[in-house]
Amino acid sequence: MLVRTSSGLRHSDITPRRVYLERRKFLASLPAAFLAGRELLSPAARARAATKFDHLAKSPLSVADPPTSLKDITHYNNFYEFTTTKEAVADQAARFRTSPWTVSVEGLVKQPRKFSMDEIVKLAPLEERISRHRCVEGWSMVAPWVGYSLSVLLNQAQPTEKARYVAFESYFDKSQMPHAGDSGIPFPYVEGLRLDEAMHPLAMLCVGLYGESLPPQDGAPVRVVVPWKYGFKGIKSIVKVRLVDKQPPTTWNLANAREYGFYSNVNPAVDHPRWSQATEHRLGEFRRRPTLPFNGYGQQVASLYQGMDLRQNY
Amino acid sequence: MVFALGLTPLAWMGWRAWNQDLTANPVEFLQHFTGDWTIRLIVATLAVTPLRKLLHLPDLIRFRRMIGLFAFFYGCLHFLTYLWLDKDFEVQEMLKDVGKRPFITAGFGALLLMAPLAVTSTAGWIRRLGGKRWQLLHRLVYVSAAAGVAHYYWLVKSDIRLPLLYGSLVALLLGYRLAARGLPRLRRAGR
Repeated sequence: MLVRTSSGLRHSDITPRRVYLERRKFLASLPAAFLAGRELLSPAARARAATKFDHLAKSPLSVADPPTSLKDITHYNNFYEFTTTKEAVADQAARFRTSPWTVSVEGLVKQPRKFSMDEIVKLAPLEERISRHRCVEGWSMVAPWVGYSLSVLLNQAQPTEKARYVAFESYFDKSQMPHAGDSGIPFPYVEGLRLDEAMHPLAMLCVGLYGESLPPQDGAPVRVVVPWKYGFKGIKSIVKVRLVDKQPPTTWNLANAREYGFYSNVNPAVDHPRWSQATEHRLGEFRRRPTLPFNGYGQQVASLYQGMDLRQNY
Repeated sequence: MVFALGLTPLAWMGWRAWNQDLTANPVEFLQHFTGDWTIRLIVATLAVTPLRKLLHLPDLIRFRRMIGLFAFFYGCLHFLTYLWLDKDFEVQEMLKDVGKRPFITAGFGALLLMAPLAVTSTAGWIRRLGGKRWQLLHRLVYVSAAAGVAHYYWLVKSDIRLPLLYGSLVALLLGYRLAARGLPRLRRAGR
């Protein structure tokens, strides 16, 4: 039956009563749907919604060098789990699942325990620390990391008197890292420091970059930064921290012992067997610049190595 | 046309430079890009003769000189990025590197050996040297190719896939020549 009204509407235009009532239910469900939908967002999209860190203290350990651009730091990476092509890590790591995350502190400690990322970021006030990063390949950058000294984490677990070294292990998952086998190095990635090196204030437990949580390609969600050593010692995406009494294995040393030693302190006087370490290319600069002993941190760390032959202990 | 194709990598490089899209480490990018094209063109040069024989296309010989010269061209660009951007044109420092770093010795050697080949690439020189001597001289490209692969292999940290790939291609193309020489002899011996 055609119901003619002045507005020109027809009977079929009238919303059936059932739909009209259901509409309310639909609207009420929208917030839940939104939140659920957000979960369905690609991990890359969620990852892009990085946590911002507010009220960061400025670390007295920061260097005066101008920081490298965020674009460069996030698009020039050595993260062989994902790919050996530096410019491609950002893409390959975009869907890396970094939540939930657990860091287990174990071994020769009085209080072994596991930490979630929520707990990690609350262990000490977060500071912004600008430090130099020198890759063994001969390039370098300056990064405004966010975190605190590694000693904070280690002291939580209370190393026993027997502990002499700290061993670290990265997350490894072949399903998320299908190209890892192409790289020529063994996984999971492991690293280690002498206990006094790990307890040095300059050794950093890092959770962020440029005031936000770490992007996957830079070692999300938590990594170590040891600025006086070659960059590969700054192990990324850590899951295990183990206090041990013997020098632990380190990945690059396992891959090529002649070229990569345990200490790997930045040292322009000790060449890599195949190339010189006397100069470096600072990202963003045109000409190469001289490399500094201990990456310019000699005043703070040289005493750790007093009496050691740094050519033998490369 | 081959000339235009040969310039394409250079144009691509220029395009990326113009768009400031040379990655976070432009010097490294340029070095790798020019190096990659050098070895690819050497492989292409070495592939001409086998392809001629296998595909029965003797005319392909027309392209060999141009491809070879482009290989030398990109080799020179590659060397230039190193001498200029890494060494600031300090020839003494560069020579020290050549003496001290095996991968640079290999690279420098590979380029040096290509120079006389580039110079004598013309028909005039074939006449001057005589076909046989010219051909012997140009066999130096085999050494260049092998030195180029060694250069690449010795500079990568751990991912040796590309050096191995080029190495296999070079070995294949050199192996073809050995086989091509060996077979007629075998056939004659069998009679």
